[in-house]
Amino acid sequence: MSGPPRLSVRNIRKSFGTHEVLKGISLEARDGDVISLLGASGSGKSTFLRCINLLEIATEGEIFVDGEEIRMVKKGGHNQPASQKQVDHIRSELGMVFQSFNLWSHMTILQNVIEGPVHVLKRPRAECIAEAEALLEKVGIVDKRHAYPAHLSGGQQQRAAIARALAMKPKAMLFDEPTSALDPELVGEVLRVMRALAEEGMTMLVVTHEMSFARNVSNRVVFMREGVVDSAGAPQDMFGSGASPAFRQFIGHFGQA
Amino acid sequence: MTSLQLLGFGPGGWGALLLLGALITLAVTATALAIGAVLGALVASMKLSRNLPLAAIGHAYTTVFRGVPELLIIYLIYFGGSSAVTAIGQALGYEGFLGLPSFLAGALAVGIISGAYQAEVYRGAYLAIAPGELEAALAVGMSRRLRLRRIVMPQVIRFAIPGLGNVWQLSLKDSALISVTGLAELMRTSQVAAGSTRQYFLFYIVGGSLYLILTSLSDRIFRRAERQADRSQSVAMIGRG
Repeated sequence: MSGPPRLSVRNIRKSFGTHEVLKGISLEARDGDVISLLGASGSGKSTFLRCINLLEIATEGEIFVDGEEIRMVKKGGHNQPASQKQVDHIRSELGMVFQSFNLWSHMTILQNVIEGPVHVLKRPRAECIAEAEALLEKVGIVDKRHAYPAHLSGGQQQRAAIARALAMKPKAMLFDEPTSALDPELVGEVLRVMRALAEEGMTMLVVTHEMSFARNVSNRVVFMREGVVDSAGAPQDMFGSGASPAFRQFIGHFGQA
Repeated sequence: MTSLQLLGFGPGGWGALLLLGALITLAVTATALAIGAVLGALVASMKLSRNLPLAAIGHAYTTVFRGVPELLIIYLIYFGGSSAVTAIGQALGYEGFLGLPSFLAGALAVGIISGAYQAEVYRGAYLAIAPGELEAALAVGMSRRLRLRRIVMPQVIRFAIPGLGNVWQLSLKDSALISVTGLAELMRTSQVAAGSTRQYFLFYIVGGSLYLILTSLSDRIFRRAERQADRSQSVAMIGRG
């Protein structure tokens, strides 16, 4: 694969007060990579994901999106983005899917999906609507396009949120525990959409507790523990004989060891 | 004259003046609400600001104007404002007393008070927005302005409507106090009619009924607006905010 990696993160550190949550994490995602970030709660995996699109500002470290470095300046000993404009731009290039969906409750599903393309990317509305409907068709909720988020099930809302992120034609997608807030019977429909995306070659970074997704869909598994990468590798190695003792113990809790 | 003639529109009847008074009451309240909306939005954003001096100013505003009697504020604006205008007049070479127009002074006074209550309504409405929705706006790359226009404002308005209905009702009744400046709104007109005909009971009952009609009509309008704004919410969510 030529060209710069879609995502390159070098030596990210993040502290909240005196508590250091991330203690130097590096990660690279090439075109089409699907990386599962695993770890116990409190291991820093969500914080790490949020640092990439600057919902949290890393205390130290470098982030490149498609070769473009996010410029930082030191202010009072803390890292601050040098340009808010660049931050907004980088965020528009990364699709983010949240645990709690976070659809805009005052807009219909269709309005949610076209909001970014029309108002952030300033693309023609008619074109965006056509694309949005195709995306909603793809995630299986085109019949709900005129409904409001409050009237949809969690699984439908999360699929709408995925369509909203895809409508920005992102260079990579970030998923922050996308199925953790769902009733068990609704998890499958969201995972199917994510799997289809992976098969289309979307670059994805997925914080998850879904071991089946990590094992069967992703091509790389990163196991985080206490703010560092404990081990990483291809799923067949990670879930096979190559597992670190800590990872073996971790997946033991999921009945998969 | 019979009561009916007194309230009628014929010669000696007070009907037209009472209706005019009701209209002036509506107009002065609407103006006050608009003034209060601007002040309230400003004060609410100050109170929500992380800038401590700004937040303190906002806090002081709501404390003072919710804590001081309305009548005092009206006197303060009307007489205080009039002496300021007179002073300016004198500086420009005009001798004598210049009064602030009573409509303007009244609307300003009630508006300032209304602004203090509206600030609380807007602040509560802002805090009712799900933090995750604001984060989603960040994540899609919205600038601060775009976020305010597309995500924050529509939701603040939605959550503020029930509270604004309350403030409107309060302001409508506060506007009766403007009668002390001589503005011929509903209260003042009822008073004058009662005094000059000595039919106190009749005219105060009629004045009160007109106030009730105004408040219950506006209540209905706010309820409808609330339903309209809440169409995006499930049944369980109605009544929130």
